[in-house]
Amino acid sequence: MSKPGGAGERLLNGIVKENPTFVLTLGMCPTLAVTTSAVNGLGMGLTTMAVLALSNMIISALRKIIPDKVRIPAFIVIIASFVTVMQLLLQGFLPDLYQSLGVYIPLIVVNCIILGRAEAYASKNSVWSSLFDGIGMGLGFSVALTCIGAVREILGAGEIFGFHIMPKSYVPFSIFVMAPGAFFVLAILTAIQNKVKIAGEKKGRDMSKIQSGCSEDCMHCGQAGSCEHKFYDTAKTQKEGR
Amino acid sequence: MSDLRKVSSNPHIRAKDTTAKIMLTVVVALLPATFFGIYNFGPRALLIIAISVATTVLTEYLFEKICKKRNTVGDFSAVVTGLLLALNLPVSVPWWIPVVGGVFAILVVKMLFGGLGQNFMNPALAGRCFLLLSFTSIMTNFDCDAYTGATPLAAIRAGEGVMVRDMIIGRTAGTIGETSMIAIVIGACILILAGVIDLKVPGSYLASFAVFVALFAALSGKTVSAPYISAQLAGGGLMLGAFFMATDYVTRPVTKKGQYVFGIFLGFLTAVFRIFGASAEGVSYAIIIGNLLVPLIEKVTMPKCFGRGGERS
Repeated sequence: MSKPGGAGERLLNGIVKENPTFVLTLGMCPTLAVTTSAVNGLGMGLTTMAVLALSNMIISALRKIIPDKVRIPAFIVIIASFVTVMQLLLQGFLPDLYQSLGVYIPLIVVNCIILGRAEAYASKNSVWSSLFDGIGMGLGFSVALTCIGAVREILGAGEIFGFHIMPKSYVPFSIFVMAPGAFFVLAILTAIQNKVKIAGEKKGRDMSKIQSGCSEDCMHCGQAGSCEHKFYDTAKTQKEGR
Repeated sequence: MSDLRKVSSNPHIRAKDTTAKIMLTVVVALLPATFFGIYNFGPRALLIIAISVATTVLTEYLFEKICKKRNTVGDFSAVVTGLLLALNLPVSVPWWIPVVGGVFAILVVKMLFGGLGQNFMNPALAGRCFLLLSFTSIMTNFDCDAYTGATPLAAIRAGEGVMVRDMIIGRTAGTIGETSMIAIVIGACILILAGVIDLKVPGSYLASFAVFVALFAALSGKTVSAPYISAQLAGGGLMLGAFFMATDYVTRPVTKKGQYVFGIFLGFLTAVFRIFGASAEGVSYAIIIGNLLVPLIEKVTMPKCFGRGGERS
């Protein structure tokens, strides 16, 4: 595998290992709200990716200038600027998508993924790594939202990307384009990816080693529940203890 | 007598009740409503019931087979879920409706949360609400060979008169099992006499519903009369819900006080939905929302241990 902080490693980390939706479960508001169709999911994901990559880059470049005490307001100002840029671009060039995403575009400012990556990664790492961290996370978010949107669109409307694919006799489950459907699909897709991941680990492939930013202190770690590192380590210690 | 005593840990007195016995009693208690439904709506009702029960049992069996879990089909809880789901469907639904509802009820609501005892809401009702949200027009079409036109509740809502006597006997449009108040009450008596349920939840539910529905109807400017209240009580899924679904052991509070709170809350919600809601019926939603609040109700009404609580002296 490529070296830590390298472009490839960061991309893989964002898409698979620390997928913001399925693994970190961040940014749930847009995930649940806008994924009524695959196009909406993809649009939201790519918009967030652009903001994420650019803000990560700028924050990383300014990380030695921004005083620690005011870093959160400073991050928010940077993120909000890029969101405004993206909002105006979407309004100008993709008015349909802009209409269907609605209020969730300005809400990208408060998306946990963006502030989370700024705080956890970009403010501590080089510009190059931060840029790819943002792209990787953004791609992971896009993939997840497109998957959720596609499943909901197929089941809830019998279409994918606007093309009718189900047989004529198919009666759409309209619950899947309503709010409860988002929860069902998110939960089941998360379960499936966990299943695949755990099966992968059993085969000896090291899919998730250590979460980035790990302080090796599982007692005070918010990720301890979802982090395999802890269980791996306890098992090892127990073995050695015998 | 031997001096040897058998030493064992508690419990020392065991009841002979098993899950299978209780569930079978519930099935027997549902039979009057089931037979009346078949008599009232014709053989198609039997077909819908058969598909629904077969789906729920088969889903539970296959899930446990695939996940290599202990087979629990023998406890008859899946049969109860399937039967209740079918009794909550209109007779005119296409054959795949009970299949979809049954799979959802058992797979998503029951088995994925850990099987019987772990489900956080009544599986049959959750299945029905899933269908109601997904296929609203199919699920609210009560036209069939025997009846056309509005259900009694819809008629009441539209301000038309209804025959309360027909509603009590059950000669009205509606879902398969909900129409006959007499058949449901016979079933409820079987359950109460067998000691499977008591009147805490259904009693407080029906009483508080009557009070709240009178109150809300008066507030919204309708004329409140004895026939109006009795039609509201006999109409829709209220009886079936109060005796067979709100009393579900898994999804009602375990504390005595909590059961009264639960019943009153359900009565309040049902009255709110029926008078102010968008559709004429609200029992299903009221019960599943009540189910969600059960942990909170239990937390508040849990009796204090001896020696705990009270004022410090």
